[in-house]
Amino acid sequence: MFDSVLVANRGEIARRVVRTARRMGIRAVAVYSDADADLPYVREADEAVHIGPAPPARSYLDVAAIIDAARKTGAAAVHPGYGFLAENADFARQVMAAGLIWVGPDPDAIEQMGDKIRARNLMERAGVPVSPGSREPITDVAAAVAEADRIGYPVMVKAAAGGGGIGMGVAASQSGLAAAFETARSRAERFFGSPEILIERYVERARHVEVQILGLADGRVLALGERDCSVQRRHQKVAEETPSPGVSAALRDRMLAAAVRAGEAVGYRGAGTVECLVNADAGSFVFLEMNTRLQVEHPVTELVTGIDLVEQQFLIAAGEPPSFDAADPDSFRPAGHALELRVYAEDPIRFLPGPGKVTEWEEPSGDGVRVDAGYEAGNTVTPFYDPLLAKLCVYGADREQALERARNAVAGFRIAGPKTNLLFHADLLASPEFAGGGYDTSLVSKLRPA
Amino acid sequence: MAEIRAEMVANVWKVVAAEGDHVDDGDTLVILESMKMEIPVLAEGPGVVTKMHVVEGDVIQEGDLIAIIG
Repeated sequence: MFDSVLVANRGEIARRVVRTARRMGIRAVAVYSDADADLPYVREADEAVHIGPAPPARSYLDVAAIIDAARKTGAAAVHPGYGFLAENADFARQVMAAGLIWVGPDPDAIEQMGDKIRARNLMERAGVPVSPGSREPITDVAAAVAEADRIGYPVMVKAAAGGGGIGMGVAASQSGLAAAFETARSRAERFFGSPEILIERYVERARHVEVQILGLADGRVLALGERDCSVQRRHQKVAEETPSPGVSAALRDRMLAAAVRAGEAVGYRGAGTVECLVNADAGSFVFLEMNTRLQVEHPVTELVTGIDLVEQQFLIAAGEPPSFDAADPDSFRPAGHALELRVYAEDPIRFLPGPGKVTEWEEPSGDGVRVDAGYEAGNTVTPFYDPLLAKLCVYGADREQALERARNAVAGFRIAGPKTNLLFHADLLASPEFAGGGYDTSLVSKLRPA
Repeated sequence: MAEIRAEMVANVWKVVAAEGDHVDDGDTLVILESMKMEIPVLAEGPGVVTKMHVVEGDVIQEGDLIAIIG
């Protein structure tokens, strides 16, 4: 095992990676911008390097500054967290070219999956179901109209190089297509540096369910259960749970097998996630995309398997076997139920950002409660980064117990200063739709009609 | 005369309307960016932009004046 790692990220995920590194006796190096000098992850790392001003382009996306920080501190490896440079194949290559260990999949796998059109084509060839969609990038409105006619409405229009729900739009008919296309294209250029657009059939009333995979150092690919991520606003996740209440045992078996095939098709190593859309009534699913990194919502999988996924990432990157017996499915079979509630710095009604100085921060505790927080009292939440303040994760022996514990934990979480969506989570947990389990991606718009 | 003020801490991403422009109710004046979200700031009635108080790249605080519609 390498003796040190630089965490090329910030906030809750940097803190979470630092925690496992230190537990394993690996020296943890943090990097931080002007805006983040006071955050807990900077203090909790063994060493921290200032890498630039607040705007991400000049700090957390500055490849040269990050590699320089690794050199200066003698770090042996780089863990990218999620977001920022985590799915940037060029960054991974530069890390390796600098003689550092990259804690992530092969850059070629990142590249193949980062292009959503290429990824869909590859998955189709590997026998993973995909929805009807474009096999080539769409670059103008006329081509978009022709393609949508071929695929059939409604269609989802999105950046081929995109992620995080940014610029995604649904067109129910040709009249809405031009606007959706222009929005997607301008966002694609601005956020992802590529104007290429993908159009695919929009699956209405679908559940968004993803499978956690782990590509081992010896080449085997394991599936560690699924996560239901259907609670979304603006196509971005707000709450997740495992197991999915909408996935039967038979459907789960097929999804996990398909996810393993997906990982094998790209020679995947490390932690990755295969995202799918599920039609619960029909018992069918289609591939959506693969995330070639640790996922925000990975803690729910950790809670039901007892496996530390960051530890597995480190072991795999070092060429070592995982901490559990990969030959024995019982050693990584999920048990119980877990929820994650993303506590965002946004108002609980319209979900508009509300950064500010944290004057009060009191985390809930109790049986089955885990809080992965990026902030504490006295910190300032700035407008420069995503609105995630903390992940409130709860484990229960069954879904009912997990929900009950989650309701108590939400009530016990006190944050003053920035706006928070804690009241939304209280409403979510109290709603019959969520409690009943039969919800889909339209749930949030039902709870918060415009 | 209407004062358009910021609802939150944000960066000014795009200034869409210019001083002297005629705007209608619902027209976009500027687009703010906060926490990876774009937030359009709209005119709340018809009028002329008599003063634009922000430029692209500004960081503004909650309550700061963005524009005056006369």
